Amino acid sequence: MRLALEGSQALARAVALCRPQVVAAYPITPQTHIVENIAKLVADGRLDCDFVSVESEHSAASVALGAACAGSRAYTASSSQGILLMSEVLFDISGLRVPVVMTCANRAVSGPLSIWNDHQDAMALRDSGWIQLYCADNQEAIDTTVQAFRIAESLELPVMVCVDGFALTHTLEGLTLPSQEQVDAFLPAYAFSRGLDSSQPISIGTLVSPDHFTEVRASHHNALLEALVEIPAVDALWQQMSGRGCGGLVEVRGDPEARVGILTLGSVLGTLEDAMDEYPDAPRARLIKLRAFRPFPVEALRQACAGLEALIVFERAFSPGGGGIVAAEVQAALYGHAMPRVLSYAAGLGGRDIGLDAYPRLMQALEAGGEGFRFFDLKPDALPEGGF
Amino acid sequence: MVKGNVASATQRPPLPQAGEPPSGDKGGGEGKDRATAPSVGVTIPIAELRASQPRFQGLTAGHRACLGCGEALAARLVTEAAGPDVAVANATGCLEVFTTPYPESSWRLPWLHSVFGNAGAIAAGMEAAYKQQGRTTKVIAMAGDGGTFDIGFQALSGMLERGHNVLFVCYDNEAYMNTGVQRSGSTPHAATTTTSPAGAARMGKRHMKKDIVNIIASHRIPYAATASVAYVSDLRRKVRHALEVEGPSFLHIHAPCPLGWGHEGSATIEVARLAVQTGLFPLLELERGELTAVMPIRKPRPVRDYLALQNRFRHLFGPDPRAQVELEHLQALADHNIEAYGLLGEGEDAQDSEGADTVQRGGVRWA
Repeated sequence: MRLALEGSQALARAVALCRPQVVAAYPITPQTHIVENIAKLVADGRLDCDFVSVESEHSAASVALGAACAGSRAYTASSSQGILLMSEVLFDISGLRVPVVMTCANRAVSGPLSIWNDHQDAMALRDSGWIQLYCADNQEAIDTTVQAFRIAESLELPVMVCVDGFALTHTLEGLTLPSQEQVDAFLPAYAFSRGLDSSQPISIGTLVSPDHFTEVRASHHNALLEALVEIPAVDALWQQMSGRGCGGLVEVRGDPEARVGILTLGSVLGTLEDAMDEYPDAPRARLIKLRAFRPFPVEALRQACAGLEALIVFERAFSPGGGGIVAAEVQAALYGHAMPRVLSYAAGLGGRDIGLDAYPRLMQALEAGGEGFRFFDLKPDALPEGGF
Repeated sequence: MVKGNVASATQRPPLPQAGEPPSGDKGGGEGKDRATAPSVGVTIPIAELRASQPRFQGLTAGHRACLGCGEALAARLVTEAAGPDVAVANATGCLEVFTTPYPESSWRLPWLHSVFGNAGAIAAGMEAAYKQQGRTTKVIAMAGDGGTFDIGFQALSGMLERGHNVLFVCYDNEAYMNTGVQRSGSTPHAATTTTSPAGAARMGKRHMKKDIVNIIASHRIPYAATASVAYVSDLRRKVRHALEVEGPSFLHIHAPCPLGWGHEGSATIEVARLAVQTGLFPLLELERGELTAVMPIRKPRPVRDYLALQNRFRHLFGPDPRAQVELEHLQALADHNIEAYGLLGEGEDAQDSEGADTVQRGGVRWA
């Protein structure tokens, strides 16, 4: 069914199609419209679900954890400070191997305060043990949300669906919602193998000594590596059933034969695609969409980058004092495999617009040579004296 | 633990030990089956174990609590009274640590521990799930005073405000014992802890103990009560009543910590009883925010009798002139409780001469 929907509204409808039994959320811009829409679906009797309107994100994640352990499909959503406040519980959810799905409406992290989009929030949770899938557009956000429940429940791992705040969540566009029958056929009823059942009591979240902790962590790591198989398999199945795929782990667009590439996460991909049409005289580039950031798809990246002479990693976050987060990982993945020259950009920080002209500017920067980390669109004159 | 308590603890049927047949069964009628000695490595199905028990035990022996641990005793009493159709949400703390050293667990109830500050919230999630599934399982959140008064307070308050059908039990040993006796919002005034030490310039904790039960009751929840490990039948009755209530309920259990309070493990019950008999820890019941019942103490004991048993108050019995002042402060707190809650109970229950573990319920409003 093709509808004109705001991204958040579409996401709420997609979540509802997955029949969550407990949704817990605390409002934060730009996540708000998602949970408002879910609350309305519940209020209108269109979704049979306990919408738990909690007093903090810490509790939102905790309610989702408790509900999922008690045998109900659980969902939450947040952004930025909310993700960070949740972080203690997010590590716990993944470490206990509990299948929870959340939407991260990506937003910059304070301070100073910025309510606008970048990826610093999700990147801060890189090592939390959650699967992280980034969506290039709202159709992918819908389809990835449905896939996320299936991936989470088959591997007993939580999944964070990363959707650019405002750029996607607040954009109205024509979108296709799957039918309830499609989703029901795709998504088996929730069944958690370690559910809290008073007729078969088990203890979850015990104290684990050094005798066992390494094995717990290793099995968690192995489950994430298993997701490298599960994520594309689930995407392929969904494509078969709905006609729409999301590109598995890594998707190559633009000119696949080009010797220069731009690797991105999230919605900036569409900007670059449009820009290639807008600037037909600019050199052609291979556009590499990193959909799965955790687990990190080393092999798929090597294939996607094969034959590249130069690569720009264009990401909406960075590690202060370090540099590009994704860039460093990409370089590590390509090391010893025909390593291209890598230019690492932190771009679109705190919602700074990335326009169509970004594309020719990046191509010029590639031609100019050089490598390493830099800020895109930085205004040097606006920096303090001495630069810091 | 006092002798009486040790005796009751031995009534549970022992788990078969390697190489020895089970003995001491007091379940009545089950002895014949159990006499066929399980040999080494034989496991007994949980259902069978349960059936052979004289009463349901949600928390079994073999855990690693200290000798005389008030919290371990309280948790056993709560789970016994609650019965088997219960799920536990446990905050980080001693109880979580000493009951679940992986791969062992003392719990015969579904049990979830997440982090320190979210027992109220994971309990809320569990309750929401069971409600959606149409299950009757009652959720009990358990936390120490840190997980209730301090780091867990927000999640607890939110759970109460949203009206989840959860019993939240606070085992109050008045400091962060799991991390080595640091002061909490529950530590009594003038008690010494590792972060409120008594010294030349300080007489222990400078601040007051947070009045948590009244703060909780002010959420206008159906039922909030205090209890003590020294008054077992009163504690059990309050657990059962709390579980019968539809909606959130709260039970604040005073649970001495021999290690942190500095008393013998055998003195736990005596210390706990004195806390009640001095008026420092009044046993109250509040419904929808209003006081509805108290346990009377006919002959209040001076607070000195309670304090003198514990090393955490030892500095109050030294030569420092401020010690006398602090003792008077603490006596004044007890006197205030006795008056404000009518703990002398004049005319209400003439037969309750010893402050016995019965509580007059219903209709009486003291404050």
